[in-house]
Amino acid sequence: MFLTTLILGLVLGGTYALLALGLTLQYGIARIMNLAYGEMTLIAAFVLVTLFQQLGLSPLVALLLIAPAGYVFGWLLYQGMMRPLVKRAGAGGRLEVDSILATFGLLFVIQGVLLLAFGANFTSISYLDQGISVFGVPVALNRLIALGICVLAGGALVLALAKTRWGLVMRAVALTPGSAPLVGIDVNRVARQGFALGTALASVAGASIAMYQTFSATAGVDYTMKALVIVIMGGVGNVGGALFAGLALGLLETFVATAIDPGLTLAATFAIFLIVLLWRPQGLFGAR
Amino acid sequence: MTRFILPLIALGALAFLPGFVSEYGLGLLIGVVTYVTLASGWALFSGQTHYISLATAAFYGVGAYSVAVLNEALPYGLVLLCAGLIGAVMALIVGLSTLRLQGVYFVIFSFGLAELVRQLITWYEVNVTGTLGRYIFVDVTARGIYWQMLALGAATIALTAWMQRARIGMALRVIGDDEAVAAHSGINLARAKLVAFVLSAVILTLAGAITSPRYVYVEPAIVFNPTVSFLAVIMALLGGANRLWGPALGAVPLFLAFEWLSIHFPDTYPIFLGLLFIGVVFILPDGVLAGIDKLRARGKGKGTS
Repeated sequence: MFLTTLILGLVLGGTYALLALGLTLQYGIARIMNLAYGEMTLIAAFVLVTLFQQLGLSPLVALLLIAPAGYVFGWLLYQGMMRPLVKRAGAGGRLEVDSILATFGLLFVIQGVLLLAFGANFTSISYLDQGISVFGVPVALNRLIALGICVLAGGALVLALAKTRWGLVMRAVALTPGSAPLVGIDVNRVARQGFALGTALASVAGASIAMYQTFSATAGVDYTMKALVIVIMGGVGNVGGALFAGLALGLLETFVATAIDPGLTLAATFAIFLIVLLWRPQGLFGAR
Repeated sequence: MTRFILPLIALGALAFLPGFVSEYGLGLLIGVVTYVTLASGWALFSGQTHYISLATAAFYGVGAYSVAVLNEALPYGLVLLCAGLIGAVMALIVGLSTLRLQGVYFVIFSFGLAELVRQLITWYEVNVTGTLGRYIFVDVTARGIYWQMLALGAATIALTAWMQRARIGMALRVIGDDEAVAAHSGINLARAKLVAFVLSAVILTLAGAITSPRYVYVEPAIVFNPTVSFLAVIMALLGGANRLWGPALGAVPLFLAFEWLSIHFPDTYPIFLGLLFIGVVFILPDGVLAGIDKLRARGKGKGTS
């Protein structure tokens, strides 16, 4: 029983970690607080379901289409919607308020479109749901695949950020966007890349959610909240912290769902959020 | 003097309005006054400080749900009092844990708050009391609700007007402009923000409590509707969130427009709402009133040069 919860929690945590990675890129590098993040995840989830049900496309193939599509969507969104706000805000704290408001509006637009296109019902697909034994615990294959995707995508990103020149540029902008231009970094380009990459990660996470979970068009707030809390828990812009916090939240949520009630998972998220706010608002790994 | 007399005459006229309109007209009036109150109550805190609260629906819903739970046990006046108190306690919890920190933590907390309260109440009702959904039988007429809401709305605007001239209003404005400056000039940041937030929350909660008899049947999914949070913000922004009359000015036309949209385009209207919201953020970030001032200033500038 304990082991089952542990393994299922790790799988869920992997998806959450991926969700949070995308958000931490958008907030840490592009400085956009994106409240429509969960809705972007849902778009990918619905696209995957549609491709699977209408065209019979395998979710793994669909994923290869969804990830770049997410990148392009994020790129266009940044260029069309966020860039004017960034330009207007200048160096002050204006951007945060403006981006919160603009993406709050975007949230309703996307949710409205999703409701119109797919209705308010819960959606799920059955794909590779035969059990496979992991340490004696039967785990559905689709969950393992989802975990694999998250480990792969998340790990690649962490490595790229830590080891490559591109990652160095990204981290420089995250740290001091004001000084980055002094060493010849095009902050606008990097911010756009960060935002687009974040959207791509959101869509990968959404696609892997669609593989093993039920979801509905109105669940976006839940995903956004979870991603936000993980980001804050790990420390804004801290990729490793987000990975760790994501796994922790997945574990906690699975324990709450099995031991107390599945209806209280958001309450568990908020409980963690409260503890972090009161105890270490800079994040578990952040330095003041 | 006209500053006081004109609003008072308008208030008197509005109080007699129900005698001249149909049942449907009265419903619209209640809606308009409710959203004027919600938008003004929201702006009381968020307009000055730029701390965007996305939790209007949470307080509104708590107010409505408190009435649903308590209406058979207590007299109506006490029910309203209890609802206000519950709203204040909730605001204190949120405020004490987030308002000491950067604004973004507050926004995030408020963003999920309505959904959190909705899930908690649903869980409690299903598992403990076993009754999801309650009926409200209170002896209040539609006119009674209108007058109560009108009084609350007037009180909100009067409170805002007073605050803008008082020390606390000054403190909030400085906080909104620059928190570091505010701290250096000796303002107790957390206390000023907390007081304003709790006041605003009590108003929002009372608004929910007062309109709740209109629902008759109340369920968490009905009263914790995120659209309420959304509407309060966009109305206040459109008119000008840091002006005394801005939120009211935004609420009247937008409420009527949304009412019309929700009847004629029930499926697509959330999309319109969202697009309109984005439009307001882009085109009129400081609201219509500021826009008019700017145009006037430009006109004058041309005249002199």
